[in-house]
Amino acid sequence: MNLFRAILEKPWKQQTASGLPAADDINLITPPQKIALLFFLAVVSVMFGLFITAYFIRMELDDWRPMPEPVMLWLNTFVLFLSSVVLQWTHNMLKKDMTKQFRVGLILGAILTLGFVYGQVTVWGQMQSEGYFLYNNPANAFFYVLTGIHAIHLLGGLFVWTKVIFKFWSGAEFEELRLSTELCALYWHFLLLVWLVLFALISYT
Amino acid sequence: MLVSLAVFIVAFTMGGLNYVTTVLQARTHGMTLMRMPLSIWGIFVATVLGLFAFPALFVSCVMMAFDKLIGTSFFMPAVLSLGETLDTAGGSPVLFQHLFWFFGHPEVYIVALPAFGLVSDVLSCHARKNIFGYRMMVWAIIIIGGLSFIVWAHHMYVSGMNPYFGFFFAFTTLIIAVPTAIKVYNWVLTLWEGNIRLTVPMLFAMGFIFTFIHGGLTGIFLGNVTVDLPLSDTYFVVAHFHMVMGVSPVLVLFASIYHWYPKMSGKMFNVTMGKIHFWATFLGTYAIYLPMHYLGFLGVPRRYYAMGNTDFIPDSAQALNANITQAAIFVGVVQIIFFINIFWSLKFGKKADPNPWEATTLEWQTPDNPPAHGNWGEKLPVVYRWAYEYSVPGAKDDFIPQSVAPEDVVMNEGAGPYVDRSEEH
Repeated sequence: MNLFRAILEKPWKQQTASGLPAADDINLITPPQKIALLFFLAVVSVMFGLFITAYFIRMELDDWRPMPEPVMLWLNTFVLFLSSVVLQWTHNMLKKDMTKQFRVGLILGAILTLGFVYGQVTVWGQMQSEGYFLYNNPANAFFYVLTGIHAIHLLGGLFVWTKVIFKFWSGAEFEELRLSTELCALYWHFLLLVWLVLFALISYT
Repeated sequence: MLVSLAVFIVAFTMGGLNYVTTVLQARTHGMTLMRMPLSIWGIFVATVLGLFAFPALFVSCVMMAFDKLIGTSFFMPAVLSLGETLDTAGGSPVLFQHLFWFFGHPEVYIVALPAFGLVSDVLSCHARKNIFGYRMMVWAIIIIGGLSFIVWAHHMYVSGMNPYFGFFFAFTTLIIAVPTAIKVYNWVLTLWEGNIRLTVPMLFAMGFIFTFIHGGLTGIFLGNVTVDLPLSDTYFVVAHFHMVMGVSPVLVLFASIYHWYPKMSGKMFNVTMGKIHFWATFLGTYAIYLPMHYLGFLGVPRRYYAMGNTDFIPDSAQALNANITQAAIFVGVVQIIFFINIFWSLKFGKKADPNPWEATTLEWQTPDNPPAHGNWGEKLPVVYRWAYEYSVPGAKDDFIPQSVAPEDVVMNEGAGPYVDRSEEH
């Protein structure tokens, strides 16, 4: 799917006798679900990009007081990294037709993801007990909002992952499962990347 | 309201992904991107704009909701409200404006691009002529879509942002007039030497060309910082944006509803009522918005319910305002004719021909009218050419549907075989 090439195409130059273009460009190699996900990732990137832009602009104003980073965020980062690895592994196991490992991966991935979200909520608790409330300072507010939005996206992913688990139980086709796990893994890698960017942003400012 | 907007954005994103994926991945055989009707191109690019612009509204909604509900200060500066100081301090309202208009300007084109596409199809069909410069039309839609993301601050010349920004945004704003003007030329050239049928949809489509040129020209005034500063927040602005993005897309909407009504309902609407509806709406609209330009030049500000003692505004402005109000009430009431026509025809209208306008696009070739579930039954149509094959020399009919194979085209005697030159545009 090369949009730029498509809009420069001159269909009449490559026509066959039947009137159809020689290269009928319905692209069946990329599944529609994947295109939809890629667009969605682009939309989410734009959203986080705008949050980060707003962060930088707001940071310039003189009431900004940087906030210390709880050490636990490193642990959470590691858990999220593991969940991303496990999802990829689960997908690979499915491709190799290793059902037992696949089943373990399905559950383990969900648990690790929940672990990360739980860890983030715990960090919120720690912050509040130390007096860093949402409304004290824009730096705190951004921390809560960014981590919250990121966690919501992860929970949305988990909802889809749960559907994959149910699909597996109800004996779905291999091809369908393969696509679902592939897309889930891709989504998790993306959210890991987003988290690393957010974490770096919070740590260095 | 902020929460419902956020929910709306999430919902739009889901729906938008559906549109984009359908256009990119679920076209029928032979329907290459460059054979799609311009309606679909307009809706497609507008959806892409929506997907990438709405996050800015979402971001500002979330942060604004926190400011309002929890007392954060993302945007809220120190505010003195009704004698009391609010808890907020230090926030940046200009930051909110940037985020809002980064969404807000593409939103203008989210409204306009589908209208551009729809009106192209209606004009071409009722002028019995291929759309002039199809490829250029597609490129213009894409270029307008791209540029719409870098013009947002022309809404903010008087917001107190860095004055040099205004310089840049005036530049991009005037550039976006180029692809837009190309589209207007192409619409007019489509009509040139066409076999124009003054049907109700055609009237509305041609009305659109008038109002759009009108609103577009005042846009060039306002795009310049020096002209915008004195006109900012006056009735001139109200007149401009109502002409260009209020009235114009609405006229296209009416054109499209009348155009596709026989397909959607299987019934024909009442033509006389449609024509009354058009002339009353079109002329009435001018009666509302044309005088507003003069009010704007006088310096009458918008959003004020009473002017108080303002020496620079003559009393005659009040007479003009009263007149505008009468015209607005008139246009509003006239819309009842439209609704009566739509609902009355649905029940008592004449049965419509499956393709009453003799159009080429796929929806007019369905086996049932209105189309049954799935539109096509067992077999999907195959597309052999673009959507604008009207008045082909030598062909028996003056239109050749997209789904008719070249060997099935009926020619006049002695005209020789049909040569498909349709896409050499």
